[in-house]
Amino acid sequence: MKDKILNSLTLLVLSALIWSCTPQKEGDSSSEASTGTDSHPMGQASVVDDVSDPNILQVAISSEPHSTLVAAVQAAQIEHVLVNAGPLTVFAPVNEAFDALPEGTLDNLLKPENKGDLATIITRHAAPGSFDLNALKREAEKGRKIYMATGDYLEVTVDGDNVSIGGAKIVGTVAASNGIIHVIEKVILP
Amino acid sequence: MKTNIIKNILFISALAFLFSCGQAGDRGGNGALSSNIAEKVYVAPGERDEQYAFLSGGYSGNLTVYGLPSGRLFKEIPVFSQFPTSGYGYSEETKPMLNTSFGFIPWDDLHHPDISQTNGELDGRWIFANGNNTPRIARISLTTFETEEIIEVPNSAGNHSSSFITENTEYVVAGTRFSVPVPQKDMPISEYKANFKGALTFIAVDQEHGHMDIKFQLLMPGFNYDLSHPGRGKSHGWFFFSTYNTEEANSLLEVNASQNDKDFIAAINWKKIEEYVNNGGGTKMPAKFAHNVYDESTHTATSTMKNEVLTVNPVDVPGAIYFLPTPKSPHGCDVDPNGEYIIGSGKLSANITVHSFDKMLAAIDAEKFDGDAYGIPILNYDDVLAGSVQSGGLGPLHTEFDGKGNAYTTFFISSEVVKWKLGTWEVVDRKPTYYSVGHLMIPGGNSRKPHGKYLVAMNKITKDRYLPTGPEMEHSAQIYDISGEKMELLYDFPTHGEPHYAAGCDAELLVNNSKKIYRIDENNHPYAIKSPAEARVERDGKEVHIYMSTIRSHFTPDNIEGIKVGDKVYFHITNHEQDFDVPHGFSMIGQRTSEILVMPGQTKTSLWEPERVGVWPFYCTDFCSALHQEMQGYIRVSPANSNIELSYTLDGDDI
Repeated sequence: MKDKILNSLTLLVLSALIWSCTPQKEGDSSSEASTGTDSHPMGQASVVDDVSDPNILQVAISSEPHSTLVAAVQAAQIEHVLVNAGPLTVFAPVNEAFDALPEGTLDNLLKPENKGDLATIITRHAAPGSFDLNALKREAEKGRKIYMATGDYLEVTVDGDNVSIGGAKIVGTVAASNGIIHVIEKVILP
Repeated sequence: MKTNIIKNILFISALAFLFSCGQAGDRGGNGALSSNIAEKVYVAPGERDEQYAFLSGGYSGNLTVYGLPSGRLFKEIPVFSQFPTSGYGYSEETKPMLNTSFGFIPWDDLHHPDISQTNGELDGRWIFANGNNTPRIARISLTTFETEEIIEVPNSAGNHSSSFITENTEYVVAGTRFSVPVPQKDMPISEYKANFKGALTFIAVDQEHGHMDIKFQLLMPGFNYDLSHPGRGKSHGWFFFSTYNTEEANSLLEVNASQNDKDFIAAINWKKIEEYVNNGGGTKMPAKFAHNVYDESTHTATSTMKNEVLTVNPVDVPGAIYFLPTPKSPHGCDVDPNGEYIIGSGKLSANITVHSFDKMLAAIDAEKFDGDAYGIPILNYDDVLAGSVQSGGLGPLHTEFDGKGNAYTTFFISSEVVKWKLGTWEVVDRKPTYYSVGHLMIPGGNSRKPHGKYLVAMNKITKDRYLPTGPEMEHSAQIYDISGEKMELLYDFPTHGEPHYAAGCDAELLVNNSKKIYRIDENNHPYAIKSPAEARVERDGKEVHIYMSTIRSHFTPDNIEGIKVGDKVYFHITNHEQDFDVPHGFSMIGQRTSEILVMPGQTKTSLWEPERVGVWPFYCTDFCSALHQEMQGYIRVSPANSNIELSYTLDGDDI
């Protein structure tokens, strides 16, 4: 234990020495270097790639009916999750679904101090794994629930041609390079 | 415990001393901190290097890609060697790449990479490299960074004065180091002299696809042809080869090939020989050599055996070939960006010999010869000499240029790089290398337009430069800043294999052409499937073909039954990802080959010959996704006489 403390001390002293002795270059390049580490604040979402098939984030951004969802993803700063290798299945509520929330709910969630809550709500719409419509039907048939990124399990129900997840009806499906997007008509709340 | 405390205190004191002295004492400061050397090679996280460097891997058979100035290793490209990292040379599609007239050869010794040129400037289309041992030339795409073609060079041995290209990539040239009987025959070694031949091979490059074809072989006297470079600018159309062992010794060359005071640089007017050949000149002779081409559209290589080569006897083309006497067994043979100076580095000499192209032409015009060697005219040393660099070093090897009138020569014995001025021959600067430097490389430094900010010296001996790793240390490379009058050593990094030569270019030349994915709709592999729904298993006698799909995070199918001991099972894996940097891998327990790594949109085939009854798993070798560990499957292997039906499923369902 004592050894550890000493080691830490050594490190501290060393660091102090190094910094105090580092010559300041004209034009202050040291600040430039330090910004290097956060030159990609959105992580992988900053990668420029117009050759690969669009990923989930790119598909969502290009979809006008999902502008509210995209705004929420941006406010929650979880863009990088939607471009990750995943694979992910995202159940994407359309703008009307957000409009249908109780008055003021969305505005409240979009406030910076509620970033965490917003992230949780959106993440509840994403499942690790790649489930296309057939796969979802198979889940329903085999009585398996879908494990969501928040840890919740959502049930898939099939009624004729209609497939629903957590009570939200799927009205469209788009394949993305890193998973699947199912368009749903309501926000899935706990 | 107590000793630890003391140690720590000592350490702190020592460092305090070091750091406090950095600025106060010596304003001129040599330390990295005071002179900001570290910043010159520091590429911040997320930032990119200014230049690419392609270092030969020597006896690894591969080519390594580094960034300058950071010295970061980006990739190892398999060329002449099997490479389990990607499955190159193991997959059914790439095995033909390593085929030769001697059969499948899993290895070679890669020496001299050279980037394609247009008008004498780097154009970034391809990079060529030579296999030294079983003579071959490879062409590597600079969009996919994959080896696309390998051609074997017959009548050659120790393919060393290769693979240098003419200034519009008309030819890639391969010269033999060892002279041999041509054609090969059973004869006494002692009858080498006057009987062995040295083949210099001119391989034409098709400008659209880069495909190579041997245009002609010049059968030269039985010397050792060491290195070569093309003429450029006014000397375009000529090629220069250094020679040693003009004594034609066949044993103890370290003594017997060092008898003559001067050997030769052979000047070859290839345009004249090309014209001769185009007019029907030359003699076709039987020669077996492999030509292997990888087709990006089918993701498959094919190997074709060729049976004939066109040879040219030097005396049949008068006026095309001359010998320039050059002292002391010249090694490097380099031509300056203007094409006027031909530099021969006598490896046993203290000085560097520089010949003048203009003087050479004048002497040829005046027919001032000093005899001949096997009918090839020898020019007078004094008539062609432009100057000699009194270097003060020992053992000059190779020279590159910065495009500002300076040349940089490496010295093996005195372990240094010497900078000198073209024309005045004065030495401007010298810096030590650590240790025993071989080649050096300035990006574009062997073209008309060097991109000369950095110089990379590649050292043969490492010794104490890095933490020790047993008897063998990776060779070292050192980066010098050559933007000023004096060279400045910036950084020292280990390389892989033996970096003989290297080629480099500005990052802009390549970054926008680099391929991200293969389009699945353009995949013409005969065993490709366009979607996972087409996955299937087919039996044809003892051959079983599995058309398998990968997409995050499963194989389709992943349960297969009905395979029998003694079957030949071909896994044709199509990666259905269309996302940059998302390969999937495949490996099967007990399989006598390597894994394969399949790029997005690509199909690769892996062969498995099951020998034991059981249920055997396979899995994805690349951490492809969050559910990578779930990416696996099982194959049931039954006895050879079993009548279990072939079946294949995913999630218990038929596909």
